[in-house]
Amino acid sequence: MPMTITEKILAKHAGLKEVRPGQLINAKVDIALGNDITAPIAIKEFKGVGAGKVFDKNKVVLVPDHFTPNKDIKSAEQCKILRNFAKEQKLTHHFEGGEVGIEHALLPEQGIVVPGDLVIGADSHTCTYGALGAFATGVGSTDLAAAMIIGEAWFKVPESMKFIYRGKLNKWVDGKDLILYTIGNIGVDGALYRAMEFCGPVIDKLSMDSRLSMCNMAIEAGGKNGIIVPDKITKAYVDKRAERPYKFYTSDGDAVYCNVREYDCSKIEPQVAFPHLPENTKNITDVGTITIDQVVIGSCTNGRMEDLRIAAKILRGKKVAPYVRLIIIPATPLIYKQAMEEGLFVIYLKAGAIISPPTCGPCLGGHMGILAEGERALATTNRNFVGRMGHPKSEVYLANPAVAAATAVKGRIAHPEEVVRK
Amino acid sequence: MKFKGKAWKFGADIDTDQIIPARYLNTSDPKELAKHCMEDADPDFIKKMKPGDIIVAGKNFGCGSSREHAPISIKAAGISCVIAKSFARIFYRNSFNMGLPIFESPAAVDSIAEGDEVEVHMDTGRIVNLTKNKTFDSQPIPPFMQELISTGGLMEWVKKKIG
Repeated sequence: MPMTITEKILAKHAGLKEVRPGQLINAKVDIALGNDITAPIAIKEFKGVGAGKVFDKNKVVLVPDHFTPNKDIKSAEQCKILRNFAKEQKLTHHFEGGEVGIEHALLPEQGIVVPGDLVIGADSHTCTYGALGAFATGVGSTDLAAAMIIGEAWFKVPESMKFIYRGKLNKWVDGKDLILYTIGNIGVDGALYRAMEFCGPVIDKLSMDSRLSMCNMAIEAGGKNGIIVPDKITKAYVDKRAERPYKFYTSDGDAVYCNVREYDCSKIEPQVAFPHLPENTKNITDVGTITIDQVVIGSCTNGRMEDLRIAAKILRGKKVAPYVRLIIIPATPLIYKQAMEEGLFVIYLKAGAIISPPTCGPCLGGHMGILAEGERALATTNRNFVGRMGHPKSEVYLANPAVAAATAVKGRIAHPEEVVRK
Repeated sequence: MKFKGKAWKFGADIDTDQIIPARYLNTSDPKELAKHCMEDADPDFIKKMKPGDIIVAGKNFGCGSSREHAPISIKAAGISCVIAKSFARIFYRNSFNMGLPIFESPAAVDSIAEGDEVEVHMDTGRIVNLTKNKTFDSQPIPPFMQELISTGGLMEWVKKKIG
């Protein structure tokens, strides 16, 4: 029977020859991930059933990244629970202090997730790893607890949707715009319970950083996972970092999709998602005049080198507009170091930006850049829900890093062309 | 087993940030989380609702984050069950795993107005709007998930497995 890449990875991990959409399976997990918000509950449940050891000390990964550096006593206590558990279980992968990065940037970068893996994470943006050709999906703390003990999780095999991207990418358009455009097209539940497979000539040439941004936001369309069939770009990325052998899966030519959509990328401009849902997208040229109090460049969606470089390109020799706060958050310590060595920090600092240590921080309204009542932010993050970045009466607009940098300079949502010619 | 309570109505795409804002996620204590249940959707909700009441919402309830704190805060606030047109998948999964009964029925949601008295039969998934005297059937729960519920949730199931 022909299968999609998602179905093949699930079948393999369930020890089955084939699986069909709708089938309930128990599958082995290669990585089970938790953070400072979700892991404390999982650890409590782990202890609650009297479990002694995790199923594999190399495969349980703890990344306290959400409120790092610990913002208050309560969050410090949460991180302590993770630290003690990591020590007691001798976990190989526990990242804290100067080693912590945003989990979904950190795991691919460190080669902890590899192509062909089945990954669950108690964080909705776990779907990011689909960019490597892995099946990765977000679950809750109880699922994480169960997986930490038995190394398995239950799944309903999702139907797959295929998204084909053709044509030439416009200037200043990257993976973030493609995924925002797609979510605008299908809605925030347009892929509910389904796999989103991204393909086509544009994806074939898309950088790994942009692919990670796209798969990262599959959840914002309700998707179970986002996935891209691995190729030479994937190989070049993983070869230097994979800590385990990996396997490339592909979709069969006659695999069954419940829906196929084609997009002509030559018609896609930089996108801006208006409050309070990621589906409220507009072309940048249709935005009008919207003044901004804060700009955030970072997060598991857009805190990687490509994002930081394009922001620097816009900010070089420019100043952040008066009364605007620009916060730049390199997603991992390695990215932080590389951005510093490439001279990007000097450009940011001269422009008047704030450089934050790696953290999820403001993206979820945690800390390091919270909004007051009535304030408005443009962010390269993934969610613009009510109160997401602070006060319930604040607003978040979503866009790519080039638009974000241009917006910081202009003090209103701006096209990168208004600030610099490519 | 059946639930009977007053309906509190919410719209479509109620995300987990509205159910339990991230500013309260520095704890996982159910009692603390209950105090802020639905706060960013309706700041007075927790003052108005009574234990046993039912949340009735539009499509895609619980979209966004994977935080189990969302179903935990609803359950700890004393809400007996949630009826929605559809649920976001992680919220759906979390609810079964930690024992918050949820039911999918677009027709029931359309019929129920805020303040209506509603009765839900856990075993059959039958929803009765007592105020309007109308009956609806919710989507049947898949057998594996029924097994999870009858075992007492995912962790009990795991406990049995590791014996």
